[in-house]
Amino acid sequence: MTKLNTYRAGPDEAGHFGIYGGRFVAETLMPLILEVEKAWNRARDDTAFWDEFHHLMKHYVGRPSPLYFAKRLTEHYGGGKLYFKRDELNHTGAHKINNTIGQILLARRMGKTRVIAETGAGQHGVAAATVCALFGLPCVVYMGETDIERQAPNVFRMKLLGAEVRTVTSGTGTLKDAMNEALRDWVANVDDTFYIIGTVAGPHPYPAMVRDFQAVIGNEVREQIQDAEGKGRTPDSLIACIGGGSNAMGLFHPFLDDEDVRIIGVEAAGHGIETGEHCASLTGGRPGVLHGNRTYLLQTEDGQILDGHSISAGLDYPGIGPEHSWLFDNGRVEYVSVTDNEALEAFQLCTKMEGIIPALEPSHALAHVGKILGDLPSDHVMVMNMCGRGDKDVFAVAKMLGVEVSE
Amino acid sequence: MSRIADRFEALKAEGRGGLVTFVTAGDPDLDTSREILFGLAAAGADLIELGMPFSDPMADGPAIQAGSLRALKGGMTLKKTLALVAEFRKRDNETPVVLMGYYNPIYIYGTDAFTADAKAAGVDGLIIVDLPPEEVHEIEGPARAAGIDIIYLTAPTSDDARLPVVVARASGFVYYVSITGITGTRSAAIGDIQSAVERIRRHTDLPIGVGFGIKTPEQAAEIASVANAAVVGSALVDIIAANLDAKGKPKTGLAGKLLGLVADLAAGVRGTGKEVA
Repeated sequence: MTKLNTYRAGPDEAGHFGIYGGRFVAETLMPLILEVEKAWNRARDDTAFWDEFHHLMKHYVGRPSPLYFAKRLTEHYGGGKLYFKRDELNHTGAHKINNTIGQILLARRMGKTRVIAETGAGQHGVAAATVCALFGLPCVVYMGETDIERQAPNVFRMKLLGAEVRTVTSGTGTLKDAMNEALRDWVANVDDTFYIIGTVAGPHPYPAMVRDFQAVIGNEVREQIQDAEGKGRTPDSLIACIGGGSNAMGLFHPFLDDEDVRIIGVEAAGHGIETGEHCASLTGGRPGVLHGNRTYLLQTEDGQILDGHSISAGLDYPGIGPEHSWLFDNGRVEYVSVTDNEALEAFQLCTKMEGIIPALEPSHALAHVGKILGDLPSDHVMVMNMCGRGDKDVFAVAKMLGVEVSE
Repeated sequence: MSRIADRFEALKAEGRGGLVTFVTAGDPDLDTSREILFGLAAAGADLIELGMPFSDPMADGPAIQAGSLRALKGGMTLKKTLALVAEFRKRDNETPVVLMGYYNPIYIYGTDAFTADAKAAGVDGLIIVDLPPEEVHEIEGPARAAGIDIIYLTAPTSDDARLPVVVARASGFVYYVSITGITGTRSAAIGDIQSAVERIRRHTDLPIGVGFGIKTPEQAAEIASVANAAVVGSALVDIIAANLDAKGKPKTGLAGKLLGLVADLAAGVRGTGKEVA
């Protein structure tokens, strides 16, 4: 591991985290990207912008989300202490809303009157549709036809919220294609449209901007852990699941320079890395360029992008945020992976032992907690991001467990 | 002088704009693609743009993406694309070939190895859609050393602050994307194109090719009268898509039909088409 003085200074002015990130977009998009960057730089330095953001975080989203001591699971694993950062209690049921609130405020500042978004599982689509309803802006959500079939309730939610859900049949009809389609829409509607990207990926400034909105998670943990464990106390370890990586980055980033804090990201190993059917871009992919940034990608020997596989639609993306790629290479963050079956077991365990139905995404993080917590000393404090609730997943889980439930 | 510069010089001497045709290497399969490629110059294409298939061509419309996926399904790779150009070069040492595509396959190939192999195959220029001037540094050096032009896109959104940034690094020609949108969707008004071309000319002496939305010989003729070349892509790819059987195999005569349209377009830019009397 190469030790740096700070891990929090990135990206550079052109949006690079080491060799990752950047702005790999067609010239047709470049002026739009530069316009968003300019507006974001102004907003970021404006306290009025953050006042409005935090007001909505408190009164609309319901933040701060609690930091909850998971007593029974802690006893069950028999080692260190486990806390859940309960972002599943946010309005709309996941961390995604932190980001969409931030971006819609920026869109309004820029005078944009139409919003587009991509979605995989539908959680980001719902969060985008929600803030558009809140501010009365028309919203178009691009969603792959494969995902539309497996996430019908979220499709209906988005429609109830007034969004138009456009089915993406191009390519393989999944999240990556939804993102391609959203980018195409944006190029064709340059004057009035703002693109709300759902994770810490895409061309600069998105990875840094989304991270800064999601950093509300880690910043709250820094305060809350002191209330729980004593003044001056920081967690000994942080753990979160990673698809694109926005919930993880939100938890990790404020602690990157706390060198005693061990940080672990958990990717989706699907059926197992060795089967090739997974979404573990870091563990099973290699660096490449897609969707505006250089980052680890699932791809063929010829540089063609592969579709991922995961039990969790929210982790089903062939890439990962570029800052994660950088933190992987320099070793500041450990990245591991967990299979579908391990996540499914953790899902059931958490539900039975804590009365919390986790989304399948954080169930991956919990599965890894189960592998390591028992070996840690009893004064070890671990914080896991419970980034979404599992109501959306109960039908899928029932099916996997062979239980018949009529929707 | 490079083949690209030579060709634009020759067009200037002829007093007309050129025709640039776009097809994807390996679409719908390698044999048909070879037949098309080998017939383009004789049908009247002045410059050949050959697509390097990519799974996620985000600036292209559904027609060109479908073409890319057909080629990939047939086993096309970047290596095979270069081999196809090499075959072409043995038969035709004058018509410029520009490869167009996205950065990832090139990055994975390795920028040094790619530019060297492309040069050896007889490639004259590269259009790498998602590699703006801000990110071009890693391939610019090797490409220059190999004498391969890097051709940049400009768009209606490229304003007078942006244009100098783009054309400063350009060589070969400048590609003007005439609409704000993806390939194969709308067509721009000729007046708008003319003023955009004039605006770009204030920033560069390089020839200017105009593309996106050009489908007919009449449109090609109009464009060729205000720019140095008209680029036609989706209209050709549409012919491929329309001439596949239920299994996706090319129907007999596909290449002939496509080359027929190229001949009509070529007549258009030469002012000899019956529609442009």
